[in-house]
Amino acid sequence: MEKILFYCFAGILLFAATMVITVRNPVRAALFLVLAFFTSAAIWLMLEAEFLAISLVLVYVGAVLVLFLFVVMMLDIDTSTLKEGFTRYLPLGLFVAVLIVLELIAVLGAANFGLDQFPAPESSTESNTKMLGRLLYTVYVYPFEIASVILTVAIVAAIMLTLRPNKRKTQDPAEQVKVRSTDRVRLVKMASEKRQDGKDKS
Amino acid sequence: MLDIVTQHLLPNIGKILLIVSVLMVAVAYLTLAERKVIGYIQMRIGPNRVGPRGLLQPIADGLKLLLKEIIVPTRSNLYLFVLAPVLAIGPALAAWAVIPFDAGMVLADINAGLLYVLAITSMGVYGIVIAGWASNSRYAFLGAMRSAAQVVSYEIAMGFALVGVLIAAGSLNLSEIVLAQQGGIFYWYWLPLLPLFVVYFVSGVAETNRAPFDIAEGESEIVAGFHVEYSGMAFAIFFLAEYADMILISILAATLFMGGWLSPFEGVPVLEPMFAWVPGLVWLLLKTSFFLFVYLWIRATFPRYRYDQVMRLGWKVFIPVTLVWLVVISTMQVFDIGPWFNDVVEVSTS
Repeated sequence: MEKILFYCFAGILLFAATMVITVRNPVRAALFLVLAFFTSAAIWLMLEAEFLAISLVLVYVGAVLVLFLFVVMMLDIDTSTLKEGFTRYLPLGLFVAVLIVLELIAVLGAANFGLDQFPAPESSTESNTKMLGRLLYTVYVYPFEIASVILTVAIVAAIMLTLRPNKRKTQDPAEQVKVRSTDRVRLVKMASEKRQDGKDKS
Repeated sequence: MLDIVTQHLLPNIGKILLIVSVLMVAVAYLTLAERKVIGYIQMRIGPNRVGPRGLLQPIADGLKLLLKEIIVPTRSNLYLFVLAPVLAIGPALAAWAVIPFDAGMVLADINAGLLYVLAITSMGVYGIVIAGWASNSRYAFLGAMRSAAQVVSYEIAMGFALVGVLIAAGSLNLSEIVLAQQGGIFYWYWLPLLPLFVVYFVSGVAETNRAPFDIAEGESEIVAGFHVEYSGMAFAIFFLAEYADMILISILAATLFMGGWLSPFEGVPVLEPMFAWVPGLVWLLLKTSFFLFVYLWIRATFPRYRYDQVMRLGWKVFIPVTLVWLVVISTMQVFDIGPWFNDVVEVSTS
């Protein structure tokens, strides 16, 4: 039963991942990326890594890819310019791809990541989240904190790069709240007048 | 194989059908309740022609929508146009799997229940975004963009509010969160987590795109926003999803901050034994109805926010408030400040 489920999800994942890079429309590619993330979360869930699986959905599917989609939908990408020079860059691209695959095999191959390299996980009744939290804040506290500081610095840097103080249009809520109707509209009392051209309006 | 089917699959499918069908009836009558409540708030009577006191109105509305033609706009993306309502209703229903209706009365009693709800509800925005894009219409697209930005912003505040609940209860399991609030009305988390409670509910209103945060629809500015091109049942499904989400946010507010199925008279001398026979489900539904009423009340009372005001409220008011209160709640938790945090602390050493 579990095997059938795994192969179903793995198949969908591979299909979605292939579609991400082959589909022409960028919006569809982004949507296939959503599917890819979702199915990989399902596979993680089958590995009983429920915290990681759910945070993958929460962070990547729920937030990052929404912003991604947001940007892709706004852009009017001309795919023909992207396809330009495809044959010219093909050899270099292939070379890099083969290199990456070889590196991955060297690092993640059965010699390092095979089933016999790791002890069988003890089935534990304790919540996944609790154990992860305990590890993150005790054993791995320094790497964890450093990573968060780097991310914060990146946020600040990104904001500083896009911030143009002279061109900003800002609203001052305090000023807006202070406004009274008499600041905007002046009601003038005046006597009614006859039309200049002398015609009677009917 | 047959064992799995008869022992696990069939009972669970039965439960799912029960939850979904009750939810659909609740959605139908919530639309009637909305029109009635807002009617009376505005000194009108509301629908009263179909059936006794207008009670058959939702059924008539549903039939009308079922029989209407679904028009597909020209040069729209047909697949995505049809997929969008499905993506809207799917998460709105899936989130109900972990809601505890009473002690032990829950479809899937999973440990990461709170995270699951947050993750699944965050998927709902895809329905709106895809609907806006696939319709090939400027108004729909504007609505989708507004909605995407708004939902992503308020999700952060909402997530932080839920982290507060998690710190207070020490668990992500929704049933355990309810049990951690035992001891009467002043032990429920609305009191120690008051700022988070307010932020959660207002963010919930914003997440479901309801007034006064309904800028994604904004009928006075962008016609009807993301679903302007939808008609008939396709439109009705967006409608169903929105109302199912409203009920979900209300039942979550009741579960996380108002003690779920617990009786409000716990610890009160005379009233507790008097109301001991009332099942927990009734209390939960009463609390949920209260929040739904607040939803409608807000809609009848406040004008729609301007877009920049929505963003300001989310980023500059709610997120700082939740961050400060997280520090406060953690301090209370670590130093065992009563009466709420005397006994729930369990920092185990490994």
